[in-house]
Amino acid sequence: MVFFSLLGEFFVTLWPVWLALLIVMGGSYMNRHRLGLYGHVYDSPVGIVGLFLVLFWVFAALLAGFMDLYEPLETVRGMKNKPPMTVPQGIENAQPFIFGGDKIQRDVFSRIIWGTQLVLPIAIFATAVSFTVGITLGLAAGYKGGWLDTVLSFIANAVLSFPVIVLFYLIVLMGKDSNLPIALAGIIFLFPIALLFFGLYGYFGGWSRKLLIACLIVGPVLIFAYLRIAYNLPGLGWLADWAARTFGGGDQETASSITIWVRDFLRLPGNMLNVFVAVSFASAPGAFRIVRGLALDTKTRDYVSAAETRGENSWYIMIFEILPNVRGPLIVDAALRVGYTTILLGTLGFLGIGLGTESPDWGSMINLGRSLLRVYPHMVLPPAIAIMTLVLGLNLLADAMREQSLKD
Amino acid sequence: MLSFALRRFFILLLTLLVVSFAVFAVVASNERALRALAVGELGSRTTPEEAKSWINREIFHQCPKGERDLTKCTPYPVYERYWDWLSGFVVGDWGYSIVFKKHILGYSEFKLDSRGEVIKDRDGVPRPNKDPWGVINERLTATGILAFWTFIPMVFFALLVGVIAGMNEGSKTDRSLSVLSIATTSMPEYVSGILFTVFFATAFGVFAWLAAFFDLFAWTDTWFDSWAKRSPLKAVSNYDKDGTSFAVLFLPVITVAIYGFGYIARMTRASMAEVMASQYIRTAILKGVPRRKVVLSHALRNALIAPFTIIMLQFPFLLSGVVIVEIIFNYKGFGFALNRAATNMDFNLIVACSVVSVIVVLATQFISDIGYIILNPRLRKQ
Repeated sequence: MVFFSLLGEFFVTLWPVWLALLIVMGGSYMNRHRLGLYGHVYDSPVGIVGLFLVLFWVFAALLAGFMDLYEPLETVRGMKNKPPMTVPQGIENAQPFIFGGDKIQRDVFSRIIWGTQLVLPIAIFATAVSFTVGITLGLAAGYKGGWLDTVLSFIANAVLSFPVIVLFYLIVLMGKDSNLPIALAGIIFLFPIALLFFGLYGYFGGWSRKLLIACLIVGPVLIFAYLRIAYNLPGLGWLADWAARTFGGGDQETASSITIWVRDFLRLPGNMLNVFVAVSFASAPGAFRIVRGLALDTKTRDYVSAAETRGENSWYIMIFEILPNVRGPLIVDAALRVGYTTILLGTLGFLGIGLGTESPDWGSMINLGRSLLRVYPHMVLPPAIAIMTLVLGLNLLADAMREQSLKD
Repeated sequence: MLSFALRRFFILLLTLLVVSFAVFAVVASNERALRALAVGELGSRTTPEEAKSWINREIFHQCPKGERDLTKCTPYPVYERYWDWLSGFVVGDWGYSIVFKKHILGYSEFKLDSRGEVIKDRDGVPRPNKDPWGVINERLTATGILAFWTFIPMVFFALLVGVIAGMNEGSKTDRSLSVLSIATTSMPEYVSGILFTVFFATAFGVFAWLAAFFDLFAWTDTWFDSWAKRSPLKAVSNYDKDGTSFAVLFLPVITVAIYGFGYIARMTRASMAEVMASQYIRTAILKGVPRRKVVLSHALRNALIAPFTIIMLQFPFLLSGVVIVEIIFNYKGFGFALNRAATNMDFNLIVACSVVSVIVVLATQFISDIGYIILNPRLRKQ
């Protein structure tokens, strides 16, 4: 009986997700022949299942605010270790704890939904950053070859010869007392800027006035963001004060919220930089290898020779000739890699060196409830299944995309 | 062939040198690790200032004995420290573990102190050692047993599933086996470990029932023991005798095996499908060779070359998985030691464990490279 009421409550609480899934997936299914690679995913049942699982978590992250949830750190009296579907006593119209309460009286279900807002962005952005590293270096190594290729491949292999866990212990655990993560962040976050610069450089055909103007427009913003994220650039206090005075409208509460927002703009809280750096660093050599292999494969094609004969510069050829033509395998690999990054993030949380025991990310939740696993499995099973379904969805989606792109 | 092997070996050594320097530099520049070293030497009541001056005197400088004035000492930069560490490492002197309170590698009849010298009684009699094997010897053996039992079912089932799926490419069997292997690759160890624990050790009690009736794994102990007695290395000794029963190994083994299974199976499938589509298989089918024989004696040999390298390249993942599994199930092996070392900032043991794991990975890569050439007749001729 508890099982059915749990299921019912689960469906009712997640109503915005079901609605969004119905609209997006239904609409896409109707128009699947007009949607390119994305539409082809709907041709295979495996793809539909994968997309369903992935979109479920994406919408859970986006629409968490519309659901009737407890706050991630909200404790409710008397709910310690309580089994699923227990209703808190002494509060009017209280929501039941769908998956029960954890060690410190918090709602497991709500924490999982809020955790999505941490897990998904970190996984996606870390993958994106590791891909920019992989694309910039992999294209150069594959296309230019020679000593550059030798050196870069050697470095990639050296990083890959670490088991990931050892890397995590060295970067995250030991990194708390050293400058290693900041140094790595300084290197890794340089690559998105470098890739953009090389893109512009190739697009404008080398040094020219247009390139200079473009750099002057985009450069300061990017360099600001870079310094802010990688080195936690201080000194936004005056800007925060000014913004609060100008836009606050004399209201104390609005003014202080504006101050906090400006002060923390683009700043990664707590251990997040270390985690982000460790995860992207562990994932970058793999991306490098894939891009390098694809570039090696593609550089002998006719359209590349044609571009070379036209006298295009090599960054133009790499970014505007080779890269668009290998996008298929790259998209498939990106889906797989987001899943892998999720696993890595969970590993960090599981080892207790991730975002911290307070944070509702899934790995940390597993770590928190692990000691009571055999007595109260309800605290650990939901986050474990959450990780599993998200990664499974991404893997199935990647498989379906690969199958469909092979058919074309 | 020989020059290729030598070249690969040279690259391996170079990688090892670079990586071990990176590890050493990272750990050696870590304040907390150095402080733990000082506290291990001076006792737990050491103040931060005392620790700092000890670190300055003993680690950042080389002083004549009894000298406390830093200006009379020579500085001891990280690359020199690395060089000294390396020359000790090569001859098997891996130092002393603060956490486990004993030496890290090798066999020692007598108790050693943190400087590697024999501890003597007042009469000058060396104190005998009840626990003569180093941390790495003991722990790596335990993990070796776990990895051995993991590998056998993982590789067997992965090859079986991969070959069956690749034989019937595009069929219903193929699709469902593919989905199965995708599902297993979506379960990292900390997820499957939890699911299996709940399934076997709580709700149904299947595991407790099984453990009572079977004790299949007990013989590894005797096997490893006799191997150790014959081997001049004496790599194995007082490993806990309860360590390798079916009851202890069942959950860790299936947990590690399930994550690696999917990838090997998919690679085998791809390789098998490619071979089945090749000319000589079509010829064999057309000339009337029975399907069973085509698969077993024509296709299988060539289809298993690629999976061999894939299996060897699974080692980094396997090692990571083993660490997690040992933490989950409290299996006192290499990963457990690494975790203890890292969380307690045990300088020597962190470096030793990291370098050992890198050596294992590089060695398997080397075997995979050489094995690929030996197995592949097209490359062997060159």
